[in-house]
Amino acid sequence: MVRPGDRIFRSLTSGAGVFIVVLIAAIGIFLLLRAIPSLQRDNVNFLLSRDWVTSDPANLRFGIIDLLWVTVATSVVALVLATPVALGIALFLTQYAPRKLARSLAYVVDLLAAVPSIIFGLWGIQVLAPQLLPFAEWLNEYLGWIPIFALGNVSTGGGGNIFISGVVLAVMILPIITAVSREIFERTPTAHVEGALALGATKWEVVRTTVLPFGKAGFISAAMLGLGRALGETIALTTILSATDAQPNYTIFDGGATFASRIALGSAEFNDNLTVGAYIAAGLVLFLITFAVNALARTVVAGKKEYA
Amino acid sequence: MTTSVDLERPASPAAFRPIGAVRKSKNLVATVLVYLSFAIAVVPLVWVLYTVLEKGLGPVLNADWWGNSLNGLTATQFGGGAYHAIYGTLVQGVVCALISVPIGVLVAIYLVEYGARSRMAKTTTFMVDILTGVPSIVAGLFIYALWITTFGFTRSAFAVSLSLVLLMVPVVIRTTEEMLRIVPMELREASYALGVPKWKTIVKIVIPTALSGIVTGVMLGLARVMGETAPLLILVGYAPFINYDIFSGEMASLPLLMNTERATGTEAGDMRVWGAALTLVVIIMLFNLIAAIVSRLSAIKTK
Repeated sequence: MVRPGDRIFRSLTSGAGVFIVVLIAAIGIFLLLRAIPSLQRDNVNFLLSRDWVTSDPANLRFGIIDLLWVTVATSVVALVLATPVALGIALFLTQYAPRKLARSLAYVVDLLAAVPSIIFGLWGIQVLAPQLLPFAEWLNEYLGWIPIFALGNVSTGGGGNIFISGVVLAVMILPIITAVSREIFERTPTAHVEGALALGATKWEVVRTTVLPFGKAGFISAAMLGLGRALGETIALTTILSATDAQPNYTIFDGGATFASRIALGSAEFNDNLTVGAYIAAGLVLFLITFAVNALARTVVAGKKEYA
Repeated sequence: MTTSVDLERPASPAAFRPIGAVRKSKNLVATVLVYLSFAIAVVPLVWVLYTVLEKGLGPVLNADWWGNSLNGLTATQFGGGAYHAIYGTLVQGVVCALISVPIGVLVAIYLVEYGARSRMAKTTTFMVDILTGVPSIVAGLFIYALWITTFGFTRSAFAVSLSLVLLMVPVVIRTTEEMLRIVPMELREASYALGVPKWKTIVKIVIPTALSGIVTGVMLGLARVMGETAPLLILVGYAPFINYDIFSGEMASLPLLMNTERATGTEAGDMRVWGAALTLVVIIMLFNLIAAIVSRLSAIKTK
């Protein structure tokens, strides 16, 4: 017998579940609907243009190629810096730290996630950038022959470049990469670990032969979740990056804007629907990129039965 | 006939051989690197918190800070406080929580109690994961496209709360789901055996048992959304004075205050920025702390 209360409660909860699915679809659909009118009036190629002139709705000129470069470059720098450290921390917390302490130490790393991103941004540009300046100049001077370390389109001294942004982003995505990979590493089958120990493996050999092969897919997925976070970070990068219209030199000392920081910078001119539509178009691209990265990250883990 | 056997030499090589120098040093290097990476994570945390404390303590300790707004003060004038912004941050967070908690808890109940391993539940779980990864600026743009462009409402604190809902719901779902899953099956079965309907079992038995975990999730969610800046930039203007009305007018909040004052470049502005930063960190840490205490004190007893 199904009671009316059960029927109501069941439909209420499934309704909430459906709502989440509809919500994600709605995000894509509404952004698309609002972006189309502006895209149709765009006087330059949306994908390939370097322009971003949206103040006059009658003459919209906006393209995303520069935004794409800065967004991808900051995130990649962040990922390159953060993944090895996050791997170390996750191994430390699951394999090396004393069991009793591990939980409190993990909490310390999680605290990093609790610091608001605007504070990271201010700290990055006001405190960290001056400290890293000698290193940045050294890279510029001695490794400048490698294209990505060459002089950028903004002054290195100001600190508002991809390099500083990447360092700050790396700090910001550490907690998520660590948390996800920690969860996976903890599930390493005890039999594997004990087997390795019984064969006389050292601690590192245990890690290398059991934990790392088992957790590899999970770690890749964790890194991609971190990448998703970095791609969408807004206010920290708005605070750090020096805005510039100059042609990027495609080095890590370029300034400019990411998708998210361009939208944040433009929020003051959100008064005409066509102008807003240009920013929404940029937002839509960002949404699609993060969607793809996150979906891929989840699929990597979902495919592995051992992680269930 | 005698064969010469070296009685001194073992018949087979020793089973236990000492660990070679190469393996030992590899192990040492790995250990050092692993410990080092943890240290690397602690450095920025301590550094950021120290910076906030050092620069923000002055303004925050001023009695005016908690009871005054910045109404009528120019960028170069010292004084004033942040209570208008503290109000904004708290009220936007609370309104967001009022909307997010029912949705989040219902979805979690669906996933654990009803959906089981159905296709719909899998899709929902996947979408929750995607929602977790939606950048906050995109959440803001979506609410702008929906609430302001399509429905024709004006920018307001309520629109901000709506966009924060998108960021808070996945946190509430995840923690609630986890807690519901560890509620012992025996409790449910005992309830069913007494003839209690399923929905009543969930409302009266399962949810109260998992309540502490749900509260923890809500606190963590609040801590996350109150530090957000990006959607606020798009969805509400900054006001240096108090505005109690969430449905109309500009409203301050701590992140917006910081973002506005950092543009002034004055000494007074700088003090306000870091004062607001410290206030924000204190509020967020407070919510994190409550979450930690609640979950520690009333964890579900599992066998």
